[in-house]
Amino acid sequence: MSAIVHARNLAKRYGATKALDSVSFDIEAGRIVGLIGPNGAGKTTALKAILGLTDYEGELKVLGLDPHRQRTQLMEHVCFIADVAVLPRWLRVREAIEFVAGVHPRFSREKCLAFLSHTNIGHDKRVRELSKGMIVQLHLALVMAIDAKLLVLDEPTLGLDILYRKAFYESLLSDYFDEQKTIIVTTHQVEEIEHILTDLMFIQNGKVVLAATMDEVGDRYAEVMVNPDKADAARALKPLNERQVFGKSIFLFDGVDRARLAGLGELHKPSVADLFVATMKGTYA
Amino acid sequence: MNNLPLLIKREYWEHRGGFLWTPVWITGVMLIFTVLGILTAEVFNSHAHVRMGVSLDELRDNISTQDFAEAGRALDMVQFTFGAVPCIGLFFVLFFYLLGALYDDRRDRSVLFWKSLPVSDGATVASKALSAMLLAPLIAFAASTAAYVVFLVLVTLWTGVHGLNVLPAIAASHPFTTFGRLLLTIPLDALWALPAIGWLMFWSAFARSKPFLWAVLLPLGALFINWWLGVLGAPNIGGDVRLASILGRLLLSVVPGSWMVVRENGFGGPRGWFADDGQVLANVDAGHVLAMLSSANVWIGAVAGIALLAGAVWLRGRRIEVNV
Repeated sequence: MSAIVHARNLAKRYGATKALDSVSFDIEAGRIVGLIGPNGAGKTTALKAILGLTDYEGELKVLGLDPHRQRTQLMEHVCFIADVAVLPRWLRVREAIEFVAGVHPRFSREKCLAFLSHTNIGHDKRVRELSKGMIVQLHLALVMAIDAKLLVLDEPTLGLDILYRKAFYESLLSDYFDEQKTIIVTTHQVEEIEHILTDLMFIQNGKVVLAATMDEVGDRYAEVMVNPDKADAARALKPLNERQVFGKSIFLFDGVDRARLAGLGELHKPSVADLFVATMKGTYA
Repeated sequence: MNNLPLLIKREYWEHRGGFLWTPVWITGVMLIFTVLGILTAEVFNSHAHVRMGVSLDELRDNISTQDFAEAGRALDMVQFTFGAVPCIGLFFVLFFYLLGALYDDRRDRSVLFWKSLPVSDGATVASKALSAMLLAPLIAFAASTAAYVVFLVLVTLWTGVHGLNVLPAIAASHPFTTFGRLLLTIPLDALWALPAIGWLMFWSAFARSKPFLWAVLLPLGALFINWWLGVLGAPNIGGDVRLASILGRLLLSVVPGSWMVVRENGFGGPRGWFADDGQVLANVDAGHVLAMLSSANVWIGAVAGIALLAGAVWLRGRRIEVNV
């Protein structure tokens, strides 16, 4: 199976700033990839390149197509939800359905209507009359009714309350995702999507600083809660990060033998958020 | 490109206010003024015995075939006016529609939604240009034709109350010929407007903010600098190349019927437009329209417009961001 996204030395600059600095990565089919990075790290630029919304240097193939020159073809197999503000405010719900049904060969009106029937969205409503949560439900209904190979989500739940956020990822997992589909998602609320990810990609200053499956992350990284008396011994093992909780120190290690760590204190699997903070140390310094 | 009808429908959904309601309101107001005129005549006539022009009673007794023929020509003129007045509104609607066509969806970021669908940039730009060329003018024409029919009914009823039969006058007018002539101006208007459509959509796709300034101030600035260079005696564009005419074509060709001001030697200005009824109607004479359709001015402009539209398609594939 060839990669869904194949990037080699992908670069994009805006004036003197390198938004993407010669990035190479592959995304395989059937994965849910979290693309995580601080503000301005190049996440959105990477997604734009993948979606054919910008030109770039280097090699990039999405589903075997050149996304910028073959965007129209590509969009028959790729869906995209950016944050909630992108549905045009004047559009009526039934117009949105009619339009997508008309231009998209892989859209199923029945599926879309079935999904909308579980919501309170009236078909004669305009987008501007809907709440943020309803807009994202509508967008998700449109997208989930499309039999696409790749779904790109850029901060899809920005500004939503926790009920909508939970429901969003739940429907995505239970009603949409299967091994034929691939999802790339960026978000700042890492802890909410951590359990659904299969792969993790950290991006910082236009470079990919970590690309691994969640299993690999679990094998490589370990967090140890250490009593003050053993703290120096822990520091000698060159932890990625150290933080204090209730008088104890929590150290994050990369690739250090578990048996040695177990001697220092209680072992944990680190959360993606903690791993992220440790990896991105000094980003804004 | 087989999505084109649906894409044009999308433009209609978004711009129903400008495309449909503007001509409906304008022609509606014209009808209201007709009714007010009738009422005024009635009130003066019955209460103050003041006569406005010729009294209907006198007309009824003394009208001749000759008078009916003249009344018929006047009706043709009224029909022409019903077609022409909504065009003033149409100009403003089209001008701002085209300036916003490739800019507004970037400003509210909905371009990200449209671009997530398998619709090419070429089809998007084409649908917007065609909406300005044909959809909006046809809707305006339908509204004005319907309004003229209502006008005829009102006048027939009013004169009927006074025992005057206007049907011979209507029979002496040429509603179908005038309809056909006005309809024939729509493709000419569309071709004539192409350079302005291309120009406005190009800057709409180009601008990161305020497309109006780019599209309007740039040509005005160029004109001023050219004039200033001429004053200094420095090399400038002058003589046979009429910069003002070219820039005028780029900015103002979306005015429906603006090709009427073209005379043999360039722009004649609106002088003599309304010199007499015959003159105005001669402008929309099929022969004149066809002659315009075969003039170099129209086709050079159309080619320039299509080149500008190609530029707009190119920009549409690259420019998403705006400065908010």
